Amino acid sequence: MIDREQVLHVAKLARLELSDEEVGRMASELSSVLGHIETISKLALDDVAPTSHVVEVANALRADVETPCLPRDVALSQAPAVQDDGFLVPSPQA
Amino acid sequence: MSAIEYETVIGLEIHVQLQTKTKMFCGCPLSFGDPPNTHTCPVCLALPGSLPVTNAEAIHFGLMMGMALGSELAPRSIFHRKNYFYPDSPKAYQISQYDEPLCLGGRLGDVRIHRVHLEEDAAKLVHAGGSGRLHGSDASVVDFNRGGTPLAEIVTEPDLRDATAAAEWLRMLRSTLRVLGVSDVNMEEGSLRCDANISIRPVGTTELGTKTELKNMNSFRYIERGIRAEAARQEAIVRAGGRVEQETLHFDPRTEAITSLRSKEDAHDYRYFPEPDLTPVAISAEMLDRAKAALPELPLARAERFERDLGLHAESARLLAFRPELGDYFEAAIDGDGANAQPVANWLGNELLSRLEADADPAQSNVAPVALAKLVAMVSAKQVTQGGARQVLDKLIAEGGDPERIVEAEGLGAVGGSDELAPIVEAALAANPDVAEKLRGGDMKPIGVIVGHVMRETKGRADGGEITRLVRSQLGL
Amino acid sequence: MTDVTTLTAKQAADAVAAGDLDATELFEAYRAKAAADELNAFTWVADNAPESNGATQLPLAGVPLAVKDLFCTEGVPSQSGSRILEGYLPPYSASVVQRLTAAGAPLLAKTNQDEFAMGSSNENSGYGPVLNPWDRTRVPGGSSGGSAAAVASGAAPWALGTDTGGSIRQPAALTGIVGLKPTYGSVSRYGMIAFASSLDQAGPLTRDVTDAALLYGQMTGRDPMDSTSLQHPEAIVLPTAERLDGLRLGVPEAITGEGIEPGVFARFEETLKLAQELGATVQRVGLPHAEYGLSAYYVIAPAEASSNLARFDGVRYGLRAEASDLLSMYTKTRHDGFGDEVKRRIMLGTYALSSGYYDAYYGKAQRVRTKIAEDYRNAFETVDLIVTPTAPTVAFALGAKTADPLEMYLNDLFTVPISLAGIPAISIPAGLSDNLPVGFQMAGPAFSENRILGAAYALERAIGFDATAGRV
Ligand SMILES: [Mg+2]
Ligand SMILES: [Zn+2]
Repeated sequence: MIDREQVLHVAKLARLELSDEEVGRMASELSSVLGHIETISKLALDDVAPTSHVVEVANALRADVETPCLPRDVALSQAPAVQDDGFLVPSPQA
Repeated sequence: MSAIEYETVIGLEIHVQLQTKTKMFCGCPLSFGDPPNTHTCPVCLALPGSLPVTNAEAIHFGLMMGMALGSELAPRSIFHRKNYFYPDSPKAYQISQYDEPLCLGGRLGDVRIHRVHLEEDAAKLVHAGGSGRLHGSDASVVDFNRGGTPLAEIVTEPDLRDATAAAEWLRMLRSTLRVLGVSDVNMEEGSLRCDANISIRPVGTTELGTKTELKNMNSFRYIERGIRAEAARQEAIVRAGGRVEQETLHFDPRTEAITSLRSKEDAHDYRYFPEPDLTPVAISAEMLDRAKAALPELPLARAERFERDLGLHAESARLLAFRPELGDYFEAAIDGDGANAQPVANWLGNELLSRLEADADPAQSNVAPVALAKLVAMVSAKQVTQGGARQVLDKLIAEGGDPERIVEAEGLGAVGGSDELAPIVEAALAANPDVAEKLRGGDMKPIGVIVGHVMRETKGRADGGEITRLVRSQLGL
Repeated sequence: MTDVTTLTAKQAADAVAAGDLDATELFEAYRAKAAADELNAFTWVADNAPESNGATQLPLAGVPLAVKDLFCTEGVPSQSGSRILEGYLPPYSASVVQRLTAAGAPLLAKTNQDEFAMGSSNENSGYGPVLNPWDRTRVPGGSSGGSAAAVASGAAPWALGTDTGGSIRQPAALTGIVGLKPTYGSVSRYGMIAFASSLDQAGPLTRDVTDAALLYGQMTGRDPMDSTSLQHPEAIVLPTAERLDGLRLGVPEAITGEGIEPGVFARFEETLKLAQELGATVQRVGLPHAEYGLSAYYVIAPAEASSNLARFDGVRYGLRAEASDLLSMYTKTRHDGFGDEVKRRIMLGTYALSSGYYDAYYGKAQRVRTKIAEDYRNAFETVDLIVTPTAPTVAFALGAKTADPLEMYLNDLFTVPISLAGIPAISIPAGLSDNLPVGFQMAGPAFSENRILGAAYALERAIGFDATAGRV
């Protein structure tokens, strides 16, 4: 029900490299799980509102008040690569 | 070649950075040219475990914008996650409103608003210097100061029909937002950003053609040129029998070249879903009252008032209303008295502005509003001629002061009644017998010579009409 | 003198407060045990006791606390059981950890867990599986398996865990301790490395019900840093009632013994009898949509996880695989850093949210969720608590279910629907089957923690479970 083609497409969306072997395994494992999940597709629930918050709270808003920032060295301390006081990444254009 | 005429159909998507104190979902102060990564916290760096909390002031500004644009304000709106990987997006999703935005519909001038929603700005990606080479290929450096700045996205209906109108309308929107005080709407600094959805269709048809999205044109001039260039590109394609591809485009103002930004290969699938870390925004009566109370008079309303109550022409009214500083100067000058309103508007709009730097605020010049008003009044009372008044204005610009004094000091007062002017005219005719002869013969063409002579004599302080009248009477015409 | 680690947290706290026990000595005793742990329950153990600065006057009186790895702890490795966060040192601590430290519970250790809390056996940890102290060939359950093993073995007086679909209750059941999954929102999630935002909830794993009440009472409270957090409407009290007179227990019609190990079902029925002897009534309740819970859960949780885990991109923290272009840096980093189960769920969730599938999967699952929450609300019109076995089996052998993800998921059959409804539930030990602990689960309406803890306390006394066989 989900083939290698789809697995590769989804893996690209998820920015996940998969080995050939992983692609095959993923296809069969996802298929079996999705097969089980299919049970909800039978339910007629179009008139039912979807739930994103079980315990609904509205307006948990924050006053527009400054809070202290992290010192830059702390902000950068866990970064794999740093340059020019920023986080170094391979260029998106490359 | 077919003789079909094409019209351009334009809709705009405008991103406005809101002027709150802190970011959209954390307490970091907004940043303007601060050293990189000095305005960050666990939330706007998307550190593991951090959670967003919505800035109430951003909602307040959103409501003010909705009211100003006549939108329907949603009693309940929610945020979604827009998922995409990019280094300027630390969570790899942008928190943005999707199918339940804060403001729906509305209109500004003759353009309908589709929606206004709130979201967060991306971080800045700057190209790393030469040493920033990673395995021989180019590298970039991410600065998260801007990341999380509150944004309002305004989406219009496709109601604009040409590039100039689009730029004009955008100016109207900008002054509206500036007067609202929700943003400093500076295109060069990126606090106002505009994308345009552009399509063409044969004049007289109603169905929309395939649209392209022209990204981030950062000045009014570029917007105009970009839209024009893209419309031309599309028309060329269609006339050549081709089909316009739906795509996102970039306009290069230097070369006027239009290039495709994203290949279809990674067609976008943002996987929107309701942000589970945030709860719905419910608009209370208090929030509405507070937003309403904060609304100032808006440019369109002010322009209407100038026309209705002061009898200004539409163009003058809009010029003064859409540049709030001009409107304020104008109202200070006429001081509630409509009598001289139009002449004051003309002198402000034509003479004074042309003597100042572009976009300068006349209130900052040496010419006090009352001074300009007094000068205009003297012109109307024929105490000084247009020409004389221009010289007075030059003096005011240079050192300020009182027009009346300047007129006296410089002897620029209009040469009054005929008794004072008659002998000068008489002398002029005597000095130009041949011209006088022609005039007597009914050929009025050379009268300019006489007028010019008198003007020289009076240093331009005489009234042209009066001179002509005297010439005729003295020659018995 | 007696081994202070045999005291419950409450007993230890009382002793410290009374001046009969030195907080530093208590910490040292546990520190030594945790450092000597052979179950792989810990990913980090404190080097030495903190200065007990007046901790004795505080509610938790200096009783040390073990904390699941996924709670951010300032300057202390917080890796959520994942290699992609190996050695990650957060610059801040989770709100609940700050609360408990302020209440007088110093950080003793960080506990092992399934990677990003995805698992029911702790075999998905990037730092190796955790062993069950009752039988080291078996799993302790998951994903809070390290916390459960630490408390069950006596290496920690109590521990923090998180529960998304059963990750506190199921390991508590499989290791013979008490685990409370509170009402969604009643404990701040700020600083908890997220798995599934709309389901994740922190809770206590403790030796007995009193300790659970004591710890939870200090955990709960509205946090301005978590928009979804709520103030508990009532103060949490230490339970004292020994009877259950008039308490109406509901057993879901689906619980027939089928699909449940006989020994587990026997303990369940015996516990129901005990409850009746204490004055409770037992009746059947219908939860018509509960059977769809697992399906809805395995759409919603992976979907949210696929988005929550997208931030692990090798840019700001954690692992980065070297690559010359951005796309390969992303895909290699995430390939190398995530384990199989995490990859599986990221794929599942991404698929469920991808264009063309949203309505059929995520949209549908959220509607199922609405019905499930409705079912429970209706059921609580006629009963006070809903009871089931916590898990259908006792602790299973390491490796027994790793081959088939689906079979592993079925472990959470009885815990998942409760998580979807956001309501509180507890698991208490209800005896042994094949010398392995069996859990008894009780769920109540939102914010009924006092009612649940009260009933659990009375049952606990009646059951008289002997945990010593699990101690090390
Ligand atoms: Mg946008
Ligand atoms: Zn911040």
